[in-house]
Amino acid sequence: MSVIAETPSTEVGRNPIAQLIAQPRYRLMLIAMIGVVSMSLARILSGNDDLTSSGTIGVALRTAAPIALAGLAGLYAERSGTVNIGLEGMMVMGTVFAGWWGWLYGPWMAVAGGIVGGLMAGLLMSLATTTFGVNHIVAGFAINILAPGVARFMSNVLFVPNPPGSITSSPGNSGSMGRFTMPFTSGGDLFGWQSPDILGWIENQRWFIISDISGLLRGLSTNVSYDVLLTIAIFIASAYILWRTPFGLRLRAAGERPAAADSLGVSVAKMRHAGLAISGALAGLGGAVLVIAVNRYQEAQVAGRGFLGLATLIFGNWRPAGVAAGAGLFGYAQGITLRTNPEQVVRALLLAAAIALAFVAIWSLTTRNVKAMGFMVLIAIALFWAYLTTERPNNQLVFVTPYVVTLIAVSVGARRLRPPAEEGIPWFKGQL
Amino acid sequence: MKRLGRALVAPAAAAGVAIVISALALLLSGNSPLRAFAEMWDNVSSAESIVLIINRAVPYYIAGVAVAVGFKMNLFNIGANGQYILAALVAAWAGTQVSLPAPLHVAFILVVAVFVGAAWASITAILKVTRNVNEVISSIMLNFIATGLVAFLLAEPFREPDSASLIAQTEKLAASATIPKLNRLIEWTGVDLGNANLYGFLVFAITLGIGYHLLLNRSRFGYELRLTGINPDAARAAGVNPNAMILKTIILSGAIAGLIGMHSLLADPQFHRYGDQFPRNLGFTGIALALLGRNSPIGVAAAALIWAMIERGTQPLSLLGIPQEIGVIMQGSFLLSAIIAYEVVRRRNEARTTAEAARLITQSTDADSNETTEAQVAR
Repeated sequence: MSVIAETPSTEVGRNPIAQLIAQPRYRLMLIAMIGVVSMSLARILSGNDDLTSSGTIGVALRTAAPIALAGLAGLYAERSGTVNIGLEGMMVMGTVFAGWWGWLYGPWMAVAGGIVGGLMAGLLMSLATTTFGVNHIVAGFAINILAPGVARFMSNVLFVPNPPGSITSSPGNSGSMGRFTMPFTSGGDLFGWQSPDILGWIENQRWFIISDISGLLRGLSTNVSYDVLLTIAIFIASAYILWRTPFGLRLRAAGERPAAADSLGVSVAKMRHAGLAISGALAGLGGAVLVIAVNRYQEAQVAGRGFLGLATLIFGNWRPAGVAAGAGLFGYAQGITLRTNPEQVVRALLLAAAIALAFVAIWSLTTRNVKAMGFMVLIAIALFWAYLTTERPNNQLVFVTPYVVTLIAVSVGARRLRPPAEEGIPWFKGQL
Repeated sequence: MKRLGRALVAPAAAAGVAIVISALALLLSGNSPLRAFAEMWDNVSSAESIVLIINRAVPYYIAGVAVAVGFKMNLFNIGANGQYILAALVAAWAGTQVSLPAPLHVAFILVVAVFVGAAWASITAILKVTRNVNEVISSIMLNFIATGLVAFLLAEPFREPDSASLIAQTEKLAASATIPKLNRLIEWTGVDLGNANLYGFLVFAITLGIGYHLLLNRSRFGYELRLTGINPDAARAAGVNPNAMILKTIILSGAIAGLIGMHSLLADPQFHRYGDQFPRNLGFTGIALALLGRNSPIGVAAAALIWAMIERGTQPLSLLGIPQEIGVIMQGSFLLSAIIAYEVVRRRNEARTTAEAARLITQSTDADSNETTEAQVAR
């Protein structure tokens, strides 16, 4: 009975399926199911096994990690009330420090260096926004201007005198980061004994759906670099810290109602400093993950991932799980361009998108939203037509996909998105 | 004069901080700051250097004005970068598709650039007005989309046909699409420029600056723009349509942004086409300059000149073993300390005005009657 009472829409009250879908939990499950089924169908119809292979998923995880960290960094800042456009600059600081310490002391110190570099940039921004009340966008922008300059100066002083280091690259990390493979499921080693690779066997059977899910799981548990594992751990910890601890509550209160938080004895300034410090540290760690992936600092390595992180934040509605999902999507889009024969994978992806939209169109039947359905069917047909006619999709097309998707998501879903209520507004003690 | 002095306090303090920070950075890297600063001064003080600084500052200034128009209304047009690279590419290509006499050819290319810049900006404007999408977010996304679009157009459709070179670039523009140099004009006044060339786009930049000043301070649109920026509610009450203002301002900002690349394309013989070497980050520089120059026509010009001067001054330092990147640190720390200084000064002025207003109110109520004051206090 309570289930029915919770359903907000009265229009769909009679239809039991529609009632079920209207609940967020089942809605998410349905979206995930549509995703898996369409990918699997597209894989079989196009004959392109790389679409859901564990190799592709593994690369996607690797490319998603820095974007996810940038998104999470933005999450901490914005939940505490500061809009952080400076993520890009903080990541740049992370890369140059990671390149420096990684070269001197090895990959784990690269992780530490990234955190320290980003942290300093975060605190610098907090000095401007929280202490002096400078407009957040302006201050973040200044960080983005300053950071590449500092990075270039540092690489001139530190890397140029030490070949093969140069103005655009560090000499290279001493040693590389270890990798982890899950025993029993993915064939990892256990005390020197090679365990069976069960998921790998299932994946190779090419069964409908089952093999695709095995590919996904195997990709997430094979040859995962420890810094990427750290990223996953940080995500789980963050979801807990922000929503289940007093500190998290205070941090979020500083972003939602600073005056109310202040009246209950929470120091808004302290929370906003903390938010930006954590934000900088995580963005810097994202930079370190980039450095570890190629074993050296390279200039312009960040290449807009800070902004992409900001996009996942909006896409994920200012929640850790949403950020992770957005980063996964964008990471996948970037990751497939790194595979052999990326054009064919992208082509198969067009088919998957067409199938998924067709399913969503059927789904919208339950709410009898004819206009939305017609729109989806049209796009699905367009995508299917694109799949049939294009032989080699353009690489630039793939490059812009995440940005176009975000732009569409923001313009279509603007009413569903709920950013922290008072983010972006400088606040001083005593102010209402 | 006193007003000017007060306006200069904050930037002067910021410049001081920037110099101290760069000196520290130089010391940390084992270089003598005094030697570096003396060298920088030598690099900027000849007539030839001044010409090179002006050439460099011209596109910066246009970028600064393009962004400043939006800032005046609290609209953050981060998208100037995407607007201008797309405009420059399309204009460079369109320019090769026609053959016109010189002034018309230049005018045609300029019109195309302005139109493309405005059109790309209008996406941001329309999304903001119809779907309430924050312009910062949409323009960041549109910057990346423009970068992808430029790469796509340059890879195939707009690429120089039958070219043997592997570099993706448009065809070189005909000689008729050149804005002439100003050297003869300057030398006629008796100043010797040496080997330097003063490019003619400067005239457009000055015209734009005057136009911006007139628009802002002498036109109804400018009045409504400033009013909406200072107090949107008051503007609405006065009959200003906020959505129309947003549309007009963002599109105007995009139109000006379309001109940013025209200095390189039409006046600088080094380019005359859109290719890999074409400057790609001027839009972001423009944001820094609009912030530094407080959106005023003169302020942005001063900021553009200082920016170009720092770059020109630090460029040859590497030959002496001093990292030339000190220039970027100087620029960045100048920007960061300037925005903090502006904010501190603004808050202090605000507090002073509030205190003054409170004093005036108490005085007048004292004169009126004591009862009212008591009633107010009781409340």
